[in-house]
Amino acid sequence: MSLATGAFFVFAAGAVATAILLITRKSAIPAALCLITHFFCLSGLYLTLQAQLLAALQVLVYAGAIMVLVVFVIMLLNLGDEVKSVKHSQVRSVVVIVFVGVMGLQLLAFLLGQQSNHTSLPPNAELVGSVGELGRVLYTDYLFPFEAVSLLLLSAVVGSLTLAKRKLEN
Amino acid sequence: MFQSIPLEYYLLLSGTLFCIGAVGVLTRRNAILMFMCIELMLNAVNLTLVAFSSYLGDTAGQIFVFFTMTVAAAEAAVGLAIILALFRNKQTVYVDEVNLMRW
Repeated sequence: MSLATGAFFVFAAGAVATAILLITRKSAIPAALCLITHFFCLSGLYLTLQAQLLAALQVLVYAGAIMVLVVFVIMLLNLGDEVKSVKHSQVRSVVVIVFVGVMGLQLLAFLLGQQSNHTSLPPNAELVGSVGELGRVLYTDYLFPFEAVSLLLLSAVVGSLTLAKRKLEN
Repeated sequence: MFQSIPLEYYLLLSGTLFCIGAVGVLTRRNAILMFMCIELMLNAVNLTLVAFSSYLGDTAGQIFVFFTMTVAAAEAAVGLAIILALFRNKQTVYVDEVNLMRW
């Protein structure tokens, strides 16, 4: 078993474990820490896929910027543990059963289905994930979406400012 | 055992993570935890895009992930502002205690 194969299984197990821990935590801060660990595991998985730029961005943008914002809001609100409601718990078990069924179907399709011919990374995978190649494509073929996304970010900033400032009129 | 990982393993992993995220969104009451579970689902889809992009040798998938990250950042800002406004007006972040738009 090569190093990349071992890394895949370690990071995959870490990602699934932290995801399950995230949805079972009662209070928000441990859940946020689980999510940060999850993002680091995903960053490792991107590295096993030779996507170096996205692995770096995953840590910088998700584990850095977004999670800082989330933890800031959790601390600001100062919430206690989540209290269970009675009518909720029945719905919860139904939802869990449905999604365990979906996961079982997926596993069945995985085990019974025919193996695809993509068994290993192609030789140009390292080039595809490199900063130079991604930057070239982003600023030539995808220039218009790139500009549109900058407009989206501007409107998000303005929108969140007005939302956080305004009070409901009674 | 394996020389390298086939594509299906990544797809199975990301499907599993998406299911876990969906269970989280549908079972939790705390809006912040629901928000984090949505991030989980977004990242599961990102993993699929990166896996296809690398295995097919096409940059488009990774560019899409780049845009998804940007949209997720915008979503984080707006979503947390909504949660803050909700808490300021209703003193709660539990979604089942909010029925402002229910008819």
